[in-house]
Parts: sequence; C-alpha cells; structure tokens
Amino acid sequence: MTAVSDSGGLVDFDEALERFDPAMGLEVHVELNTVTKMFCGCRTEFGAEPNTQTCPTCLGLPGSLPVVNGKAVESAIRIGLALNCEIAEWCRFARKNYFYPDMPKNFQTSQYDEPIAFDGWTEVEINDGEGGVERFRIEIERAHMEEDTGKSLHVGGATGRIHGADYSLVDYNRAGIPLIEIVTKPITGTREKAPAVARAYVAALRDILLGLGVSDVRMEQGSLRCDVNLSLALAGSDKLGTRTETKNVNSLRSVERAARYEISRQAAILDAGESVLQETRHWHEDTGITTSGREKSDAEDYRYFPEPDLVPVAPSRPWVEELRGTLPEPPRERRARLQAVWGFADLEMRDVVAAGAIPVIEATVAAGTTPQAARKWWLSDLARRANEQGVELADLPISPEQVARVQTLVDEGALNDKLARQVIDGVVAGEGDPDAVVKARGLAIVSDEGALSEAVDRAIAANPDVADKIRDGKAAAAGALIGAVMKDMRGQADAGRVRELILEKLA
Amino acid sequence: MSAGSDLVRRSAADLADALASGETTSVELTRACLDRIAQVDGAVHAFLHVDAEGALAQAAASDARRAAGRPASALDGVPIAVKDVLATEGLPTTCGSRILEGWVPPYDATVVARLRAAGLPILGKTNMDEFAMGSSTEHSAYGPTHNPWDLDRIPGGSGGGSSAAVAAFEAPLAIGTDTGGSIRQPGAVTGTVGVKPTYGGVSRYGLVALANSLDQAGPVTRTVLDAALLHEVIGGHDPKDSTSIDAPLPALVEAARQGAAADLSGVRVGVVRELGGEGYQAGVQQRFDEAVQLLVGAGAEVVEVSCPSFVHALAAYYLIMPSEASSNLARFDAMRYGLRVLPETIDNPSAEEVMRATRDAGFGDEAKRRIILGTYALSSGYYEAYYGQAQKVRTLISRDFEAAFGQADVLVSPTAPTTAFPIGEKLDDPLAMYLNDIATIPANLAGVPGVSVPAGLAPEDGLPVGFQVLAPALADDRLYRVGAALEALLEKEWGRPLLGLDKLDHRIPEVTR
Repeated sequence: MTAVSDSGGLVDFDEALERFDPAMGLEVHVELNTVTKMFCGCRTEFGAEPNTQTCPTCLGLPGSLPVVNGKAVESAIRIGLALNCEIAEWCRFARKNYFYPDMPKNFQTSQYDEPIAFDGWTEVEINDGEGGVERFRIEIERAHMEEDTGKSLHVGGATGRIHGADYSLVDYNRAGIPLIEIVTKPITGTREKAPAVARAYVAALRDILLGLGVSDVRMEQGSLRCDVNLSLALAGSDKLGTRTETKNVNSLRSVERAARYEISRQAAILDAGESVLQETRHWHEDTGITTSGREKSDAEDYRYFPEPDLVPVAPSRPWVEELRGTLPEPPRERRARLQAVWGFADLEMRDVVAAGAIPVIEATVAAGTTPQAARKWWLSDLARRANEQGVELADLPISPEQVARVQTLVDEGALNDKLARQVIDGVVAGEGDPDAVVKARGLAIVSDEGALSEAVDRAIAANPDVADKIRDGKAAAAGALIGAVMKDMRGQADAGRVRELILEKLA
Repeated sequence: MSAGSDLVRRSAADLADALASGETTSVELTRACLDRIAQVDGAVHAFLHVDAEGALAQAAASDARRAAGRPASALDGVPIAVKDVLATEGLPTTCGSRILEGWVPPYDATVVARLRAAGLPILGKTNMDEFAMGSSTEHSAYGPTHNPWDLDRIPGGSGGGSSAAVAAFEAPLAIGTDTGGSIRQPGAVTGTVGVKPTYGGVSRYGLVALANSLDQAGPVTRTVLDAALLHEVIGGHDPKDSTSIDAPLPALVEAARQGAAADLSGVRVGVVRELGGEGYQAGVQQRFDEAVQLLVGAGAEVVEVSCPSFVHALAAYYLIMPSEASSNLARFDAMRYGLRVLPETIDNPSAEEVMRATRDAGFGDEAKRRIILGTYALSSGYYEAYYGQAQKVRTLISRDFEAAFGQADVLVSPTAPTTAFPIGEKLDDPLAMYLNDIATIPANLAGVPGVSVPAGLAPEDGLPVGFQVLAPALADDRLYRVGAALEALLEKEWGRPLLGLDKLDHRIPEVTR
C-alpha cells in the first residue's frame, strides 16, 4: 500500500506458525446504552442530527464540570463481575492528555492505574477441527470507565482520512458517551488457533454484554470496537516480541482476519531479519490488510494524572453483592441449560454456538417457534446470508420475531418452505414485515381447490406413464407429478394437498 | 459630595437596609456605581467589561420585587462585580486572556446564577491575571489594574480587578477566586476583605479552572459582615460540581454579628511560626503583631504553633497548580470558540498547525510558562519525582493543619509578606512574584478556609496590610467571628474604617473610562 514496509510481503500463515508463536492482547471498547452520557445529562441516541446532543460539559466549554453517571458505574461493575473481575473498593478517574480536534477538552477523562475492575477471566470455545471443542481461558487485565470522543468527518480528498481532506466536520454527539474498555492480559499458547480465539473472545464478550443488557453491542455502529495487539516470538521462546496495535477492527470476521494478517506480515519482517515497528496500524476491511498509522506516534506520553474535578468512586461491598445478584447465568451454564431445554444433539448445539446463534434462537423460540424450526432458519438460510454479507446473525436486517412469524405462517399452511424463503428474502431486502412481504409479492399458497385440481389434471395428462405407475400402486412415483404441479403453480401450492389430490384422482 | 457618591461609600449591609426601608432604590444605587465606574475606572482599570444596560435592567426588576414586598434575598438590589473567570451567560468572559477574546458563554456559572437568583445586579466583569496566573494583575492581556491606594502600584492578583473595584468604591461587593491567594492577597494590598471559603463550599461550576483541586470562589468586600452576607448567597451544595460539599453552610452572618461584639473569650488563636518574621516587611509584621495584641485584649488565648511542612508549600504548589493548569488550558485550541489564528506562512494549515499558531498568539508569557512547567511535571519518568512528591507534601501540609487546629481554633498570619509593590517591579522575576503567595498557599493545598482583613497601613509606606485568619475545613464561621472582632477592634482604634479615609480620593484622579 503506502509505505515500503507495508508491502514487504507475507509469509504463508501455516508456515509462519512453524517458526513463530503469536501473543495477542485484545482491547475492546464498549459503548454503554445508558440514557445519558458519562459526565452530563445529554442523551445518547445513535444517529441524531449532528451536535444536537451536547451541553457545556460534553463540549468542554470553559468552566464546565463533569458529574459521574451512576448508571454507567453500575454497568461497569456488572461487566466486571460477569468477567470474574475484582471490583475496586476505591478508584479514581484520570485525565489522558493529548490533542485532537474531536476531543473537546483535549484530554479524555478515563481511568489509569486505578480501574474499577481488574484481574478477571472468561472462557471461550472454538471448534477443534475434529468435531469437538477446545476451551481457552482468557485472562482479563482490567475493565475501566471512560468517555467517548466526538466523531470527525473528513470531507474531500481520496481517502476519507484526515490527510488530504479539504475540510473536516466534527459531531460532538458521541463525545462523552460512556465507554468501558476491557483489556486482556497477553493471550499466549494459542498457536495457529490465535485468530479463531481472538474472534471467539470478542464473540463471547458480545454475548456476555448482550446478556447483561448494558450495551447494544452493534459492531457496525461502533458500539463495540476492538483493537488487536499482536506480536510474534520465536517458537519455543518465552520472550514476547514487539507488538503492533491494529485499531478499530469492527466485525468478528475482521478480528480473525486482522490477527491472521498481522501474523503473516510480522513473520515476513522477522524472516527478513528486520524488526517489527511498535506502532498503531489501521485495518482495511475491503482489502483485508493493515497499514501503518503513525499519526499519533509523537504523542504517546499521555501525562495521566488523577481527574481533580471528580471525587473517587468507592462502590460499597453490599452494593457490589447486590449487583452480583443481577448477573445473568454464565455462558457455559446457560449453553448447557438451553441445550437440554431445546433438546439439541451435541453436534447441533456445537454448530449453534459456533454460529453465535444462541441469542437469536432464544429470541425466536420466545416468539413462539419450536427450537428445531428456529435452529433450521438461523443455521441454514440466514447463516448463509450472514456469511455472504460478512455480518453476524444478530446484525442481519431481520429480527427473531420476524423469523418466528414466517414459521407461524408455515405452520398455519399459508406458506411452504420455498415460499417462506422468499418471504425471508423480502424482509431482508427491507420490504417490510413478513405479512407485508407475503401480500406485496403475492406469495400465499393457492388454496383454491378448483385451480389446484385443474393443475393436477394437467400434470396427469402430461405424464401418462407416471400416472399409470401410480394407478398400479406405486405411490412413491407421485413425487414427479407433485413437482410438475408445483412448477405449474409457481410454487404457491401446498405440496401435501397436491399429493392427496393426485392419489385421490388416480385411486 | 453628591448623594450618589455617598451611596457608593456605604457597606452592602447598609445598602440592603436602605433598599429595604425605601431610602434608596436599586436603580439609583446601580446608577451611582456605574457613575463611579465611569468617573474613576479609566485610572483604576478594574473592569474589563461593564454591562450598564443589563445591570440597570436587573436593578429595575429588583425594585419591582421590593415594591411588591417580595425581595429575593437580603442583598436583593445591591450591585456586584464579578471576576472575569466566571462564566456569565450573554456577557463576555475572557479570563484576562486574548485566547478567549470575544467569547460569550451560553451558560451561567452556579455562583453567577445564585447572584442573579438573589437579585444582585451584575455591574460587569473585573480584570485579572490571565487565567488567574499571577499576584499583580499585570499578566492580564488587557493591561494592568492599578491599586486605588497608589496608582503606580499593583492591586494584587490574580483578582486585582475585583479588589480594586471594591476599594475604589466602584462596587460594594465583588466575586473573586482564590487558587493560591488570589482573593486574600489582593484584599491585603487594597485594604479590603477577601474570603477563600472551604474547598467545596462554593460551587466551581462555571469557574474557568486554573487548578481544579485548589480553586475556590469567594467574597471580596469592604466589611466582614458584607462578606458573610455574600458568602451565604453563593455558598452551599451544587449537584453540578462533584467536589461540592453536601452539607449546610455554617451560620456565617450570625458569626460575623457575634464577632462584632469583640468578645473572643475562650477562642484559641494560633500564630503560625513559619508564616512571619524573616522575609516579611517590617511594617507588615508590626501591624500583624499589634492586631494579635488586640485579639488578646478581647479575651483570645494566643498560642504559637508550628507547621514545619509549610516551607515546602510553595514548591508543591508550583508543581500541582501548573500540572492541572497545563491540562485545563489544552482545550483552548481554536476549534470550537475563542481566538483562531491561521499561521501566515502555511497554505492550507492543518488543525494542528492552527492550534499551534493560536496558542502561540493567544497565551501570554506566564500562561506559557506554567503550561510548560505542568507538562514537564506530568511527563512520563518525571511524574513521581514532581507531581507525586508534591502530592505527598500536600498530605503533610494537611497533617500540619490538623495538628495545629488541635491546639488552636483559628490560625493567624500576615496575609502577604509585603504591601503593594510598584507595577513592573517583579514582572521579570517570576520567583519573587510567586513568593507573594507564601502565606496564602497552604490553605489552598489543604482546602481550609481563610480570610484577609485590613490591619492598617504599614508605617514605612502608608499602604494597607492584611491579617489572615485560617480555620479548619467547614468551620468558615470562625473566620467571620474572629475577622469581625478584629475589624471592630481596629475601627474602634482608628475611629473609622480603613477604607473610609477620604484621602483615598486624592489618590484616584478622575479619569473617565
């Protein structure tokens, strides 16, 4: 791409793993779904008119002061507890000082050496490639509270980046939205599974956050953002290599791809006898590569010091225990329970877990669908679409309630499977709710017996030899006639009824 | 002498009575202050911005409330001047800096909102050292303020504008802010009363921060009772300031009235050994010692206390204050408000280049000096040695106060080591300038309240001397009791208030604004 070192070639992934062990650190920023911002009373709605959700405090006007959002502290503690962290008895906010136009005060109010939650862990599962699962325990270094920055829009120029832009616009609606930054300890020993583990971790985190109800966790809207830190050590060495920090990798698939790419890229550098530059890198979703982003390399000393405008946060132990009582079931227990309730076989459940489909299936079942039917929709048709579009199931533009409605229409005999798939198509294409799609596309099953009967007669007339076989008692041959009728009716017929009619007429 | 000039000489408490009795109106009083400002401020330069129209409109509204029998507070209708470091909706707020030239805040500081709610017409905004950095008001980007006692001398700083406005009878009341002495030291050198409340006692919301952990707004007045009246208007809990204390204010006015009886029986007064003697001007020390004897005469028990860590206070202060300031001042970057300077030599400058050019042109030398100092002190590798050590000193100073307050109910010292020095004398010697706050800084570091009360004129130069009283946190009422007692005792000796001296008029030529 831009610099020579960026196009220095790649080593084949498997080959890289022969010589190097990857170590990863994952930093995830989660936007909380509190009604108001971290330090002021402004609202936090996504997609509002630019600069309409601002006040003196989140604009950093001279003289303004922050006040901590108690709900955000509560969410931070619950996240910490769900990640098996210790909760600080006493902690402070700190100022992270650096200049950037989208940061109103030119410092970010964050936490530094006194995070609200620390020393936790969570467990992730990946397919071991042999039909089983492999579990990894990810150690959590810390989870801390901070505020989001504004959002810059660089207008003009070719790249959409600040360099070369004609001018830039800043929207401060996002400035001050509560963020929780969750940082892992170095993840080592995952070898060739490192990219899959990275992905599984972010997916697990997303499920936990979803279960807690503390964030919308929509990666495409930036409410969950991941930085992938990765370094390579010589295989067998316990000395960590120089790491790069790949910023804003904003889909699960990208997390995996970015880790994979950095392993191949760093291996090429090390193979050439050069050293990896400690730097921030940008992930490019379209080309699947990372490039150097050295804009901030001269501003690495953030001059942290305790935020003097805020008093320390000292969550009482009874409150922490009360919040612990509000935690949802841990993911592993939850999986076991749901598998039992749903009656899925181990293999089925494994695929459900791997597809990240538990929450959507649960919601679809809650909307009245049988577990098997819910699984069928989400793991076949919808999984294929999500894969094609490179998004998560939950991010598809169809809700579990809509899937449940489609299944209800099938159960009621108003749709058959083929028509149901077309309805799903319509919903995903934004044509409205299932019922609206059925109506607009005219997809309901033809229940007019006269029309159906005529179609059956036509099929019998066109296939006399098949008809003879059925007359001779070979009911299995009816399939060919059913196919002809369905074709005739452009699929809008109840196959069961067609079969009945054929057998009646040829009895 | 006109009726107006009589009015402006009266205390706020007196004026409140006059308004209540119908002897005068707020419009008449406000007009008298505006006339006085027009008459003398060309020479004093206490104000950066006078809002005649707004003040008169607020005065008229106050008169309407009084006429309807519904005054908003005891001070309803008494005009006030506000230091230009507090945000005032619709009124320019520059903090004495070029970088904020033309900025009109869209909101009121809580202190300002409380003044408005209590019905005090706001005359205008007073001059100050840029971002409250200084002890002389010479660091204002808009030119220095002159001491009404001697126009060639400084009025103290950073709040020299507020103290000079009150001393020159341009306003009966003013608001100052005190980070290391910026209310008390100007009070001392202009013969006025200045109170730094307990940290957290008055909301900082809308106070443009110099050093957040040290800043406090407070009253600047001519009498101790006036300060108590004003303190009760602006003080008390504010949910917009997390560091604001959620407890009722002590009965300050009552304490001031009690003190005026000048009976200090049972009150233990601690003279701080480290705040006096060497380095203090002889006349300052003399007036201080005499004042202590007056307190003894009123029944106070005087003890000497030692606060050994105070010798490190100035050093700790000049690490903590600039550290916080360097971060606070980062927001002045030309992106959202205030000055914007495009670098002349660069075509299509980047945001960073505009920031650099603006900050270079917009900040004065003292602001730059402290930004550099603070940036350095917080830098990785130096943090522990500088900021970290300074915080430890701060803890030691708090412990010294605790120990001292075990022996005494209040501590006393000269407010400033010298009387007002000539304008320009210390401008090229920052350390000499910083030394002026040596006696006031410990209170800020520990968060305890302090007052400066006029203690007379130094024999050698005829300039005012300040007497500082310090009390434990939350015990601001003790300042008023002891301060009012000293005021009463001294006025009995003099036969009149220090600032009632008519000769002050000879020192202020009429220079129309």
